[in-house]
Amino acid sequence: MYRWLLCFRYLRTRYIALASIISVTLGVATLVIVNSVMSGFAAEMHDRLHGLAGDIVIDCHATGGLPDPEGHLAEIKRICGDEIIGSSVSVSVPAMLGIEFRGQQIGRHVNMIGLDPETYNSVSDFGKYLMHPENQQNATFDLRDGGYAPGREELADAGWKHRRHWVHVKRLQDKIRAQEEALKPQAPQSQEAIDAAQGPTFGAALSPSFAAADAPPVIPNPLSNDSTGTLQATLDPMEDQFPGIILGISTCSVRARDADGNVIDHFYAQPGDDVRLMFPSASDNTKVLNKTFTVVDLYESKMSEYDSMFAFVPLKELQDARGMIDPQTGVRSVTTIQLKLAAGANLDAVRDKIRDRFPPELFAYNVQTWRDMQGPLLSAVQLETTILNILLFLIIAVAGFGILATFFMIVVEKTRDIGTLKALGASGRGISSIFVSYGVLLGFVGSGAGLVGGLLFVQNINEIAGVIEVMTGQEVFDPTIYYFDTIPTIVRPLTLVWVTLGAVGIAVLASVLPAMRAARMHPVQALRFE
Amino acid sequence: MIHSTAPDQIVLSARGLRRTYHKDKLAVPVLRGVDLDVETGKVTALVGRSGSGKSTLMHLLATLDRPDQGEIYFQGKRIDNASRSQRDRYRNADVGIIFQFYHLLPELSAIENVIAPAMIGRSMWNYLGQRRQLQQRAEAMLDRVGLLHRAKHRPSEMSGGEMQRVAIARALMTDPKLLLADEPTGNLDTETGVDILKLLSELNADDNLSILMITHDDEIAASADVCLRMQDGLLSGKTVPRRAA
Ligand SMILES: Nc1ncnc2c1ncn2[C@@H]1O[C@H](COP(=O)(O)OP(=O)(O)OP(=O)(O)O)[C@@H](O)[C@H]1O
Ligand SMILES: [Mg+2]
Repeated sequence: MYRWLLCFRYLRTRYIALASIISVTLGVATLVIVNSVMSGFAAEMHDRLHGLAGDIVIDCHATGGLPDPEGHLAEIKRICGDEIIGSSVSVSVPAMLGIEFRGQQIGRHVNMIGLDPETYNSVSDFGKYLMHPENQQNATFDLRDGGYAPGREELADAGWKHRRHWVHVKRLQDKIRAQEEALKPQAPQSQEAIDAAQGPTFGAALSPSFAAADAPPVIPNPLSNDSTGTLQATLDPMEDQFPGIILGISTCSVRARDADGNVIDHFYAQPGDDVRLMFPSASDNTKVLNKTFTVVDLYESKMSEYDSMFAFVPLKELQDARGMIDPQTGVRSVTTIQLKLAAGANLDAVRDKIRDRFPPELFAYNVQTWRDMQGPLLSAVQLETTILNILLFLIIAVAGFGILATFFMIVVEKTRDIGTLKALGASGRGISSIFVSYGVLLGFVGSGAGLVGGLLFVQNINEIAGVIEVMTGQEVFDPTIYYFDTIPTIVRPLTLVWVTLGAVGIAVLASVLPAMRAARMHPVQALRFE
Repeated sequence: MIHSTAPDQIVLSARGLRRTYHKDKLAVPVLRGVDLDVETGKVTALVGRSGSGKSTLMHLLATLDRPDQGEIYFQGKRIDNASRSQRDRYRNADVGIIFQFYHLLPELSAIENVIAPAMIGRSMWNYLGQRRQLQQRAEAMLDRVGLLHRAKHRPSEMSGGEMQRVAIARALMTDPKLLLADEPTGNLDTETGVDILKLLSELNADDNLSILMITHDDEIAASADVCLRMQDGLLSGKTVPRRAA
């Protein structure tokens, strides 16, 4: 009992010990904050990354893809059984995106993916990242009237309104141009020279190939209407659209800040615009295909790598265009099969089963789980978290040495009292437990304060970031870099428990040595101590 | 010296105690075979020149230190080589120890200082169960030394004489058989010292408490029942007729 009495009295009269515990508090608070933010980031990234691909992705590296996906799926279902609850097939092909923007041709390298929105949505979060609220529920490749991305002023007109507007303007321009040319038919060359001058490098570089496509068509598949020339004749852009395409938002926009520091997106193309895509055909004798699509929506997953690479088109459209249909049997080919597994299924086991069935020696297939695909990124984040944790625990260990020094001083200061207690019959164990429980108390007080402080910080982290921004004028959390509007945080109770136990443990360890010294003290020498 | 007293009248006895301090290669023999008997219910004074080894002997008797040779018996039971916990219990309950410099715990109030030995001797639950009685006993002890009104005061708020009284109350808390006092008045003025001595002899008379007291004051020594002299590491002594003057 005297242990606790003395322990509390020492705590109350020796504030210097509380000072030594502040470093523990700070260490614990930092650990809580860092872990919450890191797991917030990691979880957000996990979500995003997982949302972009099915649990298991089978990629076929052959340009023609793998024929008969239904047969493959049946075979996979046979070997994996009930674990597969969803599947989607798609065609993925590298492509060049051409956007006409104010008379200039803008070219972007994209990954063109032909998909079926319904099944694709069942294996990954595809619709979720679209702009139009209805497409988020039920994605289609049809241009909508409007109402894209409520809250985004830049896209206020997107949809049919925008399309009719630009078509109208273009027709007016064409008319004026035609009138002008009719007025001075003697100088048709100079007009072209002016056009070339207006459309500098890009326009010059791209226009020949576009022109080639405009020229009497090379039609690989007579079934597909991919000759823009023939299409334009039959299609009224006022009322009709080309096959729909959903562009990754960064393929057709740049993000910048205006003078007031607000983030603004500038769109080269928005829903309603027409864009061109060039991509290789599937035939053995690969040719470049050129096809016009109408942008029907934008895709924003906030993973810059994806947003700047993806262009989604209807699966059938792409299969037709690339000639991925066996002319004799009508069997279609795909390049990618994505599988969704039942919750709790062992991804790696399923992957290995499929790999065994389609061994890489025989098939040009690459079977991966979504984790395999994102492995380097995920493990980098994991490593970063681990290293930060180690570093921060070192900070608490440093605090432990502070406690050690303080406690040694207190033991020396209390030497005479220790002698007195021994003269009164206190055991060595009892005396050492005074100091150990002192350490435990300080550890709990320190880490408790740190815990509360850290949690409060995490709770208000975005407000705090705002205050720091105001104070320093520096953006703490730049949405143009991170694509998060707010700092994501996740507080994991288990982490809190570990951090607290670790901090208390270090405080206890640091108090054990001085306590042992106190216990071993010779009573007579302690009593004589001046 | 050999006593003719019956064994049950001896509360504490020592036989052939030797204690030598070693500093580097120099050996300082302080006790060279001390024999001692403290009679039950008597005040025994221990005098001797400074540095003669009185405190050293006291520490051995209180089991705060161990003799190089010799034996110590408390009520016939050997205690110098008893187990650690037995010695702890002996110091806690069987003897009360008073020092020249009081040695109160500065963080505790007077009453808490008095209760401290009771706390030390009990487990927490035991203590909490008997809290009220112990509190009452501590108050009674403080009252005995005339300091009940200062119960809430810290040692730093008290005079030397008051602190020594609190120390006496603390020594009495566990109802010991024997009081070991190392110059209890050494740090006090004569008048206060006389008060303290009066208190001690009252305790001796009323409670039949045995007292072994180191002192430099010949007058005090003369008023004791037995006066022992420490010289050259040995004890010599004579019994004084009780309250002869
Ligand atoms: N730890 C030690 N190491 C070496 N010598 C010691 C030690 N403790 C005591 N001594 C020596 O032992 C001798 C006896 O000391 P002690 O304190 O017992 O004397 P004392 O009779 O109590 O003197 P005083 O009346 O001044 O209190 C002294 O000469 C002292 O120097
Ligand atoms: Mg002395």
